Amino acid sequence: MIKAIRPQLKLLSDELIQKIMNEAYEVLEKKGVWVENEEALSLLSDAGAKIEKSSQRVFIKPELVESSLESAPSTITLYNRTGEISYLVGKDEVHFDPGSSTPRILDFQTKKQRKAVTQDAINFYRIVENMEHIHFQCTGIIPTEVPDIITDSYRLYLGLLFSTKPSVTGTFRVEGFKPMYEMLVAIRGNEKELREKPLAIFDACPSPPLKWSNLTSQSLIDSARAGIPSEIISMGMTGATSPATISGTLVQHVVETLAGVVITQLAQKGAPVIFGGSPSSFDMRKGTTPMGAIETMMIDSAYAQIAKYLNLPSHAYMGLSDSKLIDAQAGFETGIGAIIAALSGINVVSGVGMLNFENCQSLEKLVIDNEICGMAYRLLAGIAQRDEPIAKDLLIGLEENAQFLSMPHTRKWYRIEHTFPKIVDRDTYDYWVSLGGKSAEDRAREEVTRILRENPPQLPDKEIQSELRQIMLADAKANGVSSLPEIKL
Amino acid sequence: MDKQQFFEQIKKSVIEGNKEEAVALAKKATEEKLDLNEVIEKGYVPAIQEVGDLWEKGEYFLPELITSAECMKAAMGILQPELAKANIPTKSCGKVVIGTVEGDIHDIGKNLVASMLGANGFEVVDLGADVKLDQFIKKAQEENADLICLSALLTTTMLGQKKLIEMLKEKNLYGQFKVMVGGAPVNRQWAENIGADGYADNAITAVEEAKKLMGITS
Repeated sequence: MIKAIRPQLKLLSDELIQKIMNEAYEVLEKKGVWVENEEALSLLSDAGAKIEKSSQRVFIKPELVESSLESAPSTITLYNRTGEISYLVGKDEVHFDPGSSTPRILDFQTKKQRKAVTQDAINFYRIVENMEHIHFQCTGIIPTEVPDIITDSYRLYLGLLFSTKPSVTGTFRVEGFKPMYEMLVAIRGNEKELREKPLAIFDACPSPPLKWSNLTSQSLIDSARAGIPSEIISMGMTGATSPATISGTLVQHVVETLAGVVITQLAQKGAPVIFGGSPSSFDMRKGTTPMGAIETMMIDSAYAQIAKYLNLPSHAYMGLSDSKLIDAQAGFETGIGAIIAALSGINVVSGVGMLNFENCQSLEKLVIDNEICGMAYRLLAGIAQRDEPIAKDLLIGLEENAQFLSMPHTRKWYRIEHTFPKIVDRDTYDYWVSLGGKSAEDRAREEVTRILRENPPQLPDKEIQSELRQIMLADAKANGVSSLPEIKL
Repeated sequence: MDKQQFFEQIKKSVIEGNKEEAVALAKKATEEKLDLNEVIEKGYVPAIQEVGDLWEKGEYFLPELITSAECMKAAMGILQPELAKANIPTKSCGKVVIGTVEGDIHDIGKNLVASMLGANGFEVVDLGADVKLDQFIKKAQEENADLICLSALLTTTMLGQKKLIEMLKEKNLYGQFKVMVGGAPVNRQWAENIGADGYADNAITAVEEAKKLMGITS
């Protein structure tokens, strides 16, 4: 039986990858990167890197990069909240998750963005939990009625209550790591179990060009030591905070990311780390960072190809749109991005649900995007022989005016070979009119409402709920926040 | 030297973003002892206005805009000290203290606004990014500024804009400085709600708004 080939997109020639890598190594050695974190600087210094104290610049030699790349694992396995379902992050596996961290949500009724609150975050987690093709959760909504200082831990707190999927998250303050780590440990029972079965990925973003801030360096170090995978999110904006050419931005992207990989490996040899990013093709007319631009997607696909070349798991912000509404642009930018991400074999693809330059989430868009992800997975599964012979016996044995509907062959294969989306419209015109002539957004809204009504959340055990609450309350109290919103469980 | 032709050369240098040429022409103007205020008003200012027009027409994008603003800054760096040396008052549209509010390290938008204000005749004191709120007020008092411009890229840090206005009120300084706000999450509604005097959504409208606040009709 001839198996399907996996369709693949490769934008860079081997020659160009080599050239980008050579330049990146040279920049790391000659220019280095700024690291605004004492602990990271001393780790680098201990490893023999030259430090320019006055400017906190560190020069990294190729040997240090190479040994770090050697010790960084090529795959990571994440586990869901119960520890029973595992997800391989690496090779050509593709996992979609929502775009991260916005305080805004698109209101279905008004079609306008509004501030998100705790209930929106809970609804968001519950919807993502029910989306078949969105494998990972993401602490994607920042409830705005809670003081800023504790929103990083509070997002994760709600996520761990209302969802069982592994999650992409991250700290907004150096002190945020501790309560967030404690919550993850509370779920697993102990630190060792969390190390063996990671539940969350922590994002860490260098500041372009070529800088690692105190907060993000610390996140790399803390995560590495706890066995939590770090996802390095380099985010050059072409012609604004990184070179205008795509290949030029790739050089900077590699420099920033490799510096981050080195820090993780010095903090803890073998620490799991993902080569990610959120670069963009800066719009020189508007001064904005379009995530739906084809050039943005090209940068993403290309650095993911480099990540594979370096044998590191990969991540990108794709499958999202800059549109302000759920309209044609929202659909095509998300669709094109998800397909390119899938064909590029990007392991963690963050973006679904997102609108407006990563600034707004939409529950309805999540439901629509889930179907886009389903299409992407079907595409990746490719075309296989399926039967021996493929079909010649069927065709040779055909009687005149025969049809295939009632053939056992059809019954055997059609559900395997074809997918049946729920939100996408495939009705005849008259039937569609008879159903009210609804848009995809309207149908998605109905699905959102149905899920929230019919599918109760899978909460953790009572003791764990209470442990999480204690950790959250302690963090709130330590930061002068006396009360938290009431959560109906 | 044909003055008209000289002014045209200046305009061309700024519009094309040729910094070396813009600076060389400023030096030439001082060497030839031209009326420097006239050189600014008839050469450099119309040039940057033309650049603004090209932006509004959609012909110029940010790289052209910022390069021309930098030409202006470099040329003014030659001309203004000469004027000061000769005790000739320079015409200023007003003094601006500008920065990105604390907790926010984003400064591309703020830099654009600072450059365009500078290029259009404002004296600009740029405090950079992640600026403590009291620093804005302290500097505005020290410099006897007319305008405080606050940038914020994050929804979390834009609250600093509101807080600064509250601080001005507490210190009985509200009204002494005009306050302008901007940044990705900011809109006119927000500016009005927090009691800011002005708002702009890009560097060109920021110049117009600042001039309006200074009572200058362009």
